[in-house]
Amino acid sequence: MAVALVNGVEVELDSHEKLNGIQVAARLGIEIPHYCWHPGLSVVASCRMCLVETGTRDPDTGEISMVPKLVPACQTPARDGTVFVTNSDKVRQARAMVEEDLLIHHPIDCPICDKAGECLLQDYHFKHGQGQRRADIRPFTSRRRPMGDTVTLFVDRCVMCSRCVRFTREITGTSELMVVNRGSHEEIDVFPGYPLANRLSGNVVDLCPVGALGDRHFLYRQRVWFMTSHAGICTGCSTGCSIWIDENQDRVYRLKPRTNPHVNQWWMCDDGRYGFDYIHNAERQTRRRVREKDGQHVELEGSELPDRLTRDLKSAGRLAAVLSPHMTVEAAYLLTQFIRQFDPQAMLAMGPVPVVGADETFPNGFCIHAEKCPNRRGVEEVLAHAMGRIVTWDELTEAVASRSFDGVWIAGGYPSPWIDETSARTFDDVGLLIVQDVFDSPLWRRADYQLPGGAFAEQEGSYVNVADRIQSVSWAIRPPAGVETEVRLLWRLLERPGLCRVRDVLHEVAVEIPYFHEAVHEIPPTGLDLKTAMLAASMD
Amino acid sequence: MDCEPVLLAHVGRPDSHTLSGYEAAGGYTTLRQTLRDATPQKIVDVVKESALRGRGGAGFPCGLKWTFLPQNHPGPIYMCINADESEPGTFNNRILMEEDPHQVLEGTILSCYATRASTAYIYLRYEYPQCLKRLQAAIDACYDAGYLGKNILGSDYSLEVTIHRGAAAYICGEETGLIESLEGKRAWPRIKPPFPAVEGLFRKPTVVNNVETVACVRHIVQRGAAWFKSIGVPPDPDNPRDIGSFGPKLYCLSGHVERPGCYEAPLGISCRELIERFGGGVWKGRRAKAAIPGGISMGLLTAAELDVPLDFVGPVKAGCLGLGTAAVVVLDETVRMVDFLHNSCRFFKHESCGQCTPCREGTDWALQMLERIRAGRGRLIDLDLLLEIGDSIGIMPGTTICGLADGAAWPIKNAIRKFRDEFEHTIRATNPHGYMATDPVPALEMHALQH
Repeated sequence: MAVALVNGVEVELDSHEKLNGIQVAARLGIEIPHYCWHPGLSVVASCRMCLVETGTRDPDTGEISMVPKLVPACQTPARDGTVFVTNSDKVRQARAMVEEDLLIHHPIDCPICDKAGECLLQDYHFKHGQGQRRADIRPFTSRRRPMGDTVTLFVDRCVMCSRCVRFTREITGTSELMVVNRGSHEEIDVFPGYPLANRLSGNVVDLCPVGALGDRHFLYRQRVWFMTSHAGICTGCSTGCSIWIDENQDRVYRLKPRTNPHVNQWWMCDDGRYGFDYIHNAERQTRRRVREKDGQHVELEGSELPDRLTRDLKSAGRLAAVLSPHMTVEAAYLLTQFIRQFDPQAMLAMGPVPVVGADETFPNGFCIHAEKCPNRRGVEEVLAHAMGRIVTWDELTEAVASRSFDGVWIAGGYPSPWIDETSARTFDDVGLLIVQDVFDSPLWRRADYQLPGGAFAEQEGSYVNVADRIQSVSWAIRPPAGVETEVRLLWRLLERPGLCRVRDVLHEVAVEIPYFHEAVHEIPPTGLDLKTAMLAASMD
Repeated sequence: MDCEPVLLAHVGRPDSHTLSGYEAAGGYTTLRQTLRDATPQKIVDVVKESALRGRGGAGFPCGLKWTFLPQNHPGPIYMCINADESEPGTFNNRILMEEDPHQVLEGTILSCYATRASTAYIYLRYEYPQCLKRLQAAIDACYDAGYLGKNILGSDYSLEVTIHRGAAAYICGEETGLIESLEGKRAWPRIKPPFPAVEGLFRKPTVVNNVETVACVRHIVQRGAAWFKSIGVPPDPDNPRDIGSFGPKLYCLSGHVERPGCYEAPLGISCRELIERFGGGVWKGRRAKAAIPGGISMGLLTAAELDVPLDFVGPVKAGCLGLGTAAVVVLDETVRMVDFLHNSCRFFKHESCGQCTPCREGTDWALQMLERIRAGRGRLIDLDLLLEIGDSIGIMPGTTICGLADGAAWPIKNAIRKFRDEFEHTIRATNPHGYMATDPVPALEMHALQH
C-alpha cells in the first residue's frame, strides 16, 4: 500500500490509483485551489494557482527531503512517499500572487456577472487573495461577443485557463475554440465563419471557472444564489445523464451535468441542457376532465376521480394499457397493478419509442442516443414480467382496430407531439378511453378521462438507461396546480395508505421482478448497473 | 587569453559559404572518417568527455543530454537545431549560418549520427532571410554531394534535414516551445516531465541543440576532447556540480563600444578584456556604466564587476542569471537605468507567451509601473513592488513553466538592486511631491500606455 503525506497526514493510495496532488489532498478534505486543471481534461499546469511544496519521504529512514521550488499540484503525481505541503507561508504567498495577477486586468464586474456566487475567482479571492489592489493598471471592461448560438464570451473576464479550448479539442474533437494573440493580450476566440457549434457546446460554460463564458439560454435570467440545485436525470434520451436541476420557486432555470463516471462523466449535451422549456409551456394540460354523456368535457375534482374511474373501469370489460417509455419504473409498475385489478387478462403494451436521427458518439465516448426517452429498458422489463413478452404499440393499435378492448388507458408524457389524427382515430370505437398526457393531442381530445400528467423535473422515481443502469431521483419542482404526477395518482387510485412513497414501490418491484432485484439495496447517486448485478447473481 | 579561431576560421573568405570552399578547407573529411570508422556511441563518448556545454543559453552538458535518449528505441528519433536566435544582442548563430553553413551542417550530421536521429529540423528565426538562403543552398548541395539523404557516403546511415522558418516569436527559442511550434501549434512551452529526450517532437524522442553547439561538435570530433579541454576554464574544485567551461565561444559584442561584432575567444575571457581588446573600448571615450553579460535576460554587471570571467559560472557569482548566449551589451555612463529597465520589460511583456499567469500578468504589471515612473509619477514603493515581481516569477521560484519569466525577472532584480540609488534619485527628482505615496495609484490613461 502506497502512502502519501499531505500536510503531515498520511493518505493511503491503492496501487492502481493515479492521483495528483489536488486529488490526494481532496481525500483529506483539503482544497488546493486551481483553475486550469479539470479531471476530464489534459493537464497544462498554466494557471499556477495550485502551487504547493513537495518532497519525498525516504522509505527506510523516514527522512523527508523537500524540493526547493514550488510545483503545481495538478502536475505532481502522488506516489509512495510523496509529500505535499499546502499551507506553508511560501504556498500562501504564491497563491496570493496568482490571485492578484489574475485580477489585474479583470473588470471586476461581479454585480452584472452571471457567474457571481459560483465563481472560483471570487471564492479564491476571499480565501487566498490580498485585501488591497496594488496594481496601477486600469482594468478592462466587459467586452462581449458570441461564440455561437449557445455561448457568449465576456472577453475580459477570462483568466486564460484554456479549459474550454481543451474541451473542444479533446472531448468533442471539433476544435472551434482557440487562443488568439499573445501575452496579456490573449483572448479566446473562434475562427471567422466557424462558430462554436457542436452538440456539447454548453459544457464550456460549466468548465469556465469564471464568468467569461456565458450561457445565452440562461444569461441574466436568475442569480445563482436564488436557485436550489436538485439531483436529477436528464430525460432527453436513453443515455440518462446525471444532472443538477437548478430551480427557484418551482421554475427551472438551467440544467447542469452532475458528475457520474458511469454515465456522462462531467458532461451533458445541448439537446438535454436546453430541452426543458416545455415544462413551463403555457399550453400544458392542467385540468382533470371527464366527458359527460352530452359529449362535453367537464372538470372533475380530484376527490371525485377514484370512485367514478373505478366504477367505469369495473363495468368496461376487456382492458388494455399503454405504458410510455417516459414513465418511471414505479409508475409503470403501479399502472400494471391498477389495470390488472379490473381485468387480470388486460393487455399491457409499450407506447411509441421516439427515435430521432442516429446515435452520435464523441471521441471521448460520450454518446447522444437517437432514442429520445429515458426509460424504455425499465418499462420493457415491467411489461415483460407482466405479459411474458413485450407488446408493441403497433400490435396494440391493430388489436384496438379489431375491437378487442372495451377500455384503454394510455400514458403519454412525451415532450413533443407524438400521435397524429389518423392513429388517434383508431381509438374512436373504444368505449372507455383514459389518456394521461402533458399536452393536447388528437388522442387527448377523444379521451373520456383527460388526466394531466407530470413532466420532467416533477417526476420522482427511477429510470433505467440504455446500458441497464438504474438511477433514482426525487422531484425538483412541484407540478402546476391541477396536475398530479402519474405515480401519485396511481398510488391514490390503488388506495394505498398515506402519502405516496416511491421508494417502497421500487422495493416491491425489486422483490417481484428478478431484473430489478439489485434495487432492494440503496441506489447510489450514480446509479446501479442492473445487468451486471443480474449476471453476477446468476453466476452464484 | 587567446586562441586560434576555430568556429570563425573561414568567416570572411568570399567562398566560405560554398561547398567547394568548405571542402577545400578540409570540410566533411571528419564526417567521412566518422561514418567509416566510428560508432555512434564513440561520438557520444568523445562529446561527453569534452564536457561541451550547450551554447544556447542554459549551458546544459550536451553529451549528457544525448544520453537521456532511450536505448534501443525503434525510432524515429528527431534532432532539432535551434536557430531561433532571438535573445536581444545575440547574433553568433547568424554569422555561422550565413558565413559557414557547411560547418553547421557537418556538426548537425555528426550529432544526428551520434544520437541515431533520422530527421533533423533546423528551426530558423524568421528575421534571417540570408541565413535561409545560404543554409538552403548548403543543404541542397549536401544532398547532391551525398552528404545528406539515403546512405550517406555509402554508409548505412540516412538523414533528412529540413529548414523550418519560424514566425518571429522569442518563445519559440525555448526548446519545448520550439517543438510545439514545429508541430504546427501555438508555441506554448510544455510541462516537464516528459522531457523532449523521452517524448518530444511528434511524441518521439527528440534532441534540441543550438547551432553553435553542433558547430563545436564538429570540431570536437575532428580534434578530440583533449584539444577542446585545453581551451577554457577548468571546473571549480569547490563546486562539485561544476563541470567546467571548456572550448571556444562566440561572443557578440554590441552596445556602446567602438567596434561591435562577433568575436571568438576562449570561455572565461573577462568582460573588460572583451570590451577593451576586441571592442576597442567604450565608444566616444566614455566610461562603461554597466554591461549585460549574455543577452538581456541574464541581468546586469556593474562597472565594478566587469572583471568577472565570462564562463558558465562567472556571471552567476556576480548575481546574474548565467552566461546565457554570451551576448555582451555595453551601456555607457549616459544611459538612464530606468530607460534600460523599461526597454527590457517592454521586450519581455511583448514576448511572454501568456500561458502561465505570473509571467503573463507580472511582465505587464512591471512594464506599466516603469511607464508610470518614466512619466514622472513614480513612487519609491514601486521599486519594492518591482522587486517582488522579479523575485516571484520564473522557474526558479517554481511559478512558471519555462525560463522566459526568469529572463524577465533578472534585469529587474539586477537593475534595482545594483542601481537602487539611481532609481530612487530619478523617482524623487521626477515626482517631488508624490514619491513617498503608498496609496494605490490611479491607472494611467490607456492612450498613454499605447506604443
